[in-house]
Amino acid sequence: MAQMLEMTYREALQKSMIEEMDKNADVFLMGEDIGRYEGTFKVTKGLFPKYGHRRVIDTPITEAGFAGIATGAAMAGLRPIVEFMTMSFSILAMDQIINHTAKVHYMTNGEVKCPIVFRGPGGAAKQLSAQHSHSMDGWYAHVPGLKVVCPATASDIYGMMKTAVDDDNPVIVYENPGLYAMKGMVPDDPEFKIPFGKAQILKEGKDISLIGYSRMTHVNLAAAELLAKDGIDAEVVDVRSLLPLDSATIYASVRKTHRAVVVYEDWRSGGFGAEIAARIGEDCFDDLDAPVSRVGGLNVPMPYARVLELQCIPDENDVVAAVRKLG
Amino acid sequence: MAKQAVKKNLESPAEIEQYYRDMVFIRHFEEKCNMAYRQGKAGGYMHVYIGMEALAVGWMHSIRKGHDYVITAYRDHAHALLLGTNPVAVMAEIMGRKAGTAGGKGGSMHIYDPKNGMYGGWGIVGGHIPLGAGLAFASRYRGDDKVTLNFMGDGAANQGVVFETLNMAALYDLPCIFIIENNEFAMGTRLEYHAADTELWKRGLPFDIKSERIDGMDVLQMKKDAERIIEWVRKEGKPYLVEIMTYRYSGHGAADNDRQLYRTKEEEAEALKRDPIKRLEKILIERNIANEEKLEAIDAEIQEVVDKIYAEADASPFPDVEEVYDNIYTDMTPEQGH
Repeated sequence: MAQMLEMTYREALQKSMIEEMDKNADVFLMGEDIGRYEGTFKVTKGLFPKYGHRRVIDTPITEAGFAGIATGAAMAGLRPIVEFMTMSFSILAMDQIINHTAKVHYMTNGEVKCPIVFRGPGGAAKQLSAQHSHSMDGWYAHVPGLKVVCPATASDIYGMMKTAVDDDNPVIVYENPGLYAMKGMVPDDPEFKIPFGKAQILKEGKDISLIGYSRMTHVNLAAAELLAKDGIDAEVVDVRSLLPLDSATIYASVRKTHRAVVVYEDWRSGGFGAEIAARIGEDCFDDLDAPVSRVGGLNVPMPYARVLELQCIPDENDVVAAVRKLG
Repeated sequence: MAKQAVKKNLESPAEIEQYYRDMVFIRHFEEKCNMAYRQGKAGGYMHVYIGMEALAVGWMHSIRKGHDYVITAYRDHAHALLLGTNPVAVMAEIMGRKAGTAGGKGGSMHIYDPKNGMYGGWGIVGGHIPLGAGLAFASRYRGDDKVTLNFMGDGAANQGVVFETLNMAALYDLPCIFIIENNEFAMGTRLEYHAADTELWKRGLPFDIKSERIDGMDVLQMKKDAERIIEWVRKEGKPYLVEIMTYRYSGHGAADNDRQLYRTKEEEAEALKRDPIKRLEKILIERNIANEEKLEAIDAEIQEVVDKIYAEADASPFPDVEEVYDNIYTDMTPEQGH
């Protein structure tokens, strides 16, 4: 049993990358301001002095260019970890990621592998307004050829980043700015890994399933506490991995509680939570005592004023309201 | 001294004959592809290399095959064939067959053969240029001596990501040769209508990349230039940009059936005078390497080879429908069903 260490999500993520870089000389980091400047969210703090410019590579502000160069390097057998300063900037690289990276293995019928990780924070931070607050998880989870994971805890980012680096396919490791400072217990074990496609039950309950991922998992945990005060025993399902998606764990929870609320930060219409809700509707119809409910971000470009921004992002009160509405 | 230098530069008759055979092979192969398309044996988008043969022949004879990296856009049959990809597999891919280079999943625009150094075969204009630089990045990272040939058309020279890549290739000293195959048309848009400065070789200059424009219709000169540039890049470990003037005699793609919308018959007739195959035939005769009869015999021999390739590809089966989910990932499939 490995010793457990308390650390932040940010520290766990960095620890994971350091261990993978030390294990495999083909692993390198690339991104805007990740080296000398230590990263906008300081995830790569201290890595430039440790590994030098060969393995911690500062790029120009040209997302498509460096996403493509990293993809080519992966096609040649290297294992890049590419940071997007925010996932909103990855929109500039989407032609590379969707039209190129995600297609390499299929279009070559398996002749060329593309072991690459794209990572970075998505969703709202604090008052970054309309161009820096996109939730991009659903956009990427729409694309066959990519894997998409959204770890919510320090232990999960530690174990899932390792799995991502080791994966021979392109992986989007989707973080959230609100998670970086959160603390958790992390096993001190360089071999620790969390497989993709495994959801987890963070709190067991019998009355309703609160299903979410990334930071919304913590919103669901807070909502479960509020509901408990009213005698409602909520189960919190942390989806963790969108593609592949662990439908079995989600369905098992719904079959137990007979009620489901799916919570996601992305725009409510067409976000990935809608996919989860649709699947529950298709496959668990007879088990449901109420319609599947969704709580998503308001369908508006993210506004600047804090009072407006907070209105857009789902919180525990929105989740509680959705649960009450189900009756 | 001067005499020696001349002698060193003179190709052997066998070499010249090989270039000729390769160019004629590409031409007949591409004509066969056009025929296959007309007969409904090939679908989708298909772009042939007719008129541009000297360019790929010159470069592919100058690299270390299977060692160096080659990547190009969708006009990609010639590059693969010249690298040594099984021509039946190329034709089968174009015809969407299981025996194709990508099992029928790519088609004409996506020919891959990494064992021979062929990394595609890409369909988004300019989109593969950073990938090519990424292959070169791997060489820089590992410290090996591979060179990457990163081909694009003149239309791609305007794409933003190409400029981004040129900057990074220079910034990181990537051993990458950016080769603009300037056939004067971005689909149906003539060079002067799509490029503010039609001297595309200058695209490397803002990034301090060594750049030049050369003729691509004379295979012997092409070979000399390619060798010189590759040697420089291998030695210096830096990028290079070269604009090569060429011309496609066929339409942009197989579906382009009215070339007069963007160029005149007179212009085409004038361009045909520069036909790289005819040009080399003259040299073969002048240097007494072949006479008319021998050239005709070579042509007939290659036509027969191409006919056989086509027949073999056409006799091969289509993919099994069960294969549709294969190789999306190395280790899983997405959710299945409609």
